[in-house]
Amino acid sequence: MIKINGCNINADELSLSYYLEANGYNKKRIAVECNEEIVPRSEYDAFILHSGDEVEIVSLVGGG
Amino acid sequence: MKKDTFILGGREFSSRFILGSGKYSMELIKAAVENAGAQIITLAVRRTNTKESENILDYIPDNVTLLPNTSGARDAKEAVRIARMSRELGCGDFVKIEIMRDSKYLLPDNNETIKATEILAKEGFVVLPYMYPDLYAARDLQNAGAAAVMPLAAPIGSNKGLASKEFIQILVDEIDLPIIVDAGIGKPSQACEAMEMGCAAVMANTAIATAGNIPLMAAAFKNAIDAGRAGYLAGLGRVLERGASASDPLTGFLRD
Repeated sequence: MIKINGCNINADELSLSYYLEANGYNKKRIAVECNEEIVPRSEYDAFILHSGDEVEIVSLVGGG
Repeated sequence: MKKDTFILGGREFSSRFILGSGKYSMELIKAAVENAGAQIITLAVRRTNTKESENILDYIPDNVTLLPNTSGARDAKEAVRIARMSRELGCGDFVKIEIMRDSKYLLPDNNETIKATEILAKEGFVVLPYMYPDLYAARDLQNAGAAAVMPLAAPIGSNKGLASKEFIQILVDEIDLPIIVDAGIGKPSQACEAMEMGCAAVMANTAIATAGNIPLMAAAFKNAIDAGRAGYLAGLGRVLERGASASDPLTGFLRD
């Protein structure tokens, strides 16, 4: 299981870049954190998620 | 007249109105920014799904400095994570620390805010901490490397005005950093008053977003902030302890 934005994904290994593309994310508008550490944009292509990883994908929204 | 600007993180700003971008439709944000003449806009960082086709950045002019906040953080550690993500989003180094543990009054946690400020300032962020107006906390924030302090005027989103006026004045008098009033300012006259007190800038969101006419209210705040700043720079006239003082000559009356 890999947890992405609080949802469990049934996979043992997953390419981050593949996941982002398959789900239609605009890579220029997001930031990714894996196990509370930033994943720099330049590392998306080579980054492999493993079972037990907790991932956050965030973007900017209106706020005060 | 000398150009009146203030500096945050090495950047010079002539507008003293920091505009929040929450609670608007995307189309109205652009009009609000333009009418406010704002050079700094706050934003929030949230989990995203790909269903959202619009991105707020498409509605904010390029020359505006983005000030992401750490709302949603309950302690220093979460605020630091959110700040790092905001920098990765390409927002630059500015961050407004916002840490709350109370969901009813949404009051900022000064202790955790000081801790987060220290960590992020060391990492090169321009740290603008939202805080409860307390002199000791403000001094600690200054020592921790804050670029300004942002005391609340009243509970966030309440539009209640300068409820903490006396304590904000203490910060203006004692803290050698820009004091930016954040949260609770509900109408232009209150923003004007904060500027007359010597605050460096005013931040507002709900007052604009909940107004009947958003672009017009943004313009009203801009004018009020400019007027208050000019009043402060001019030096306010004295107040009499008691009695009156005629403005007209006390001679030449139509009687002997």
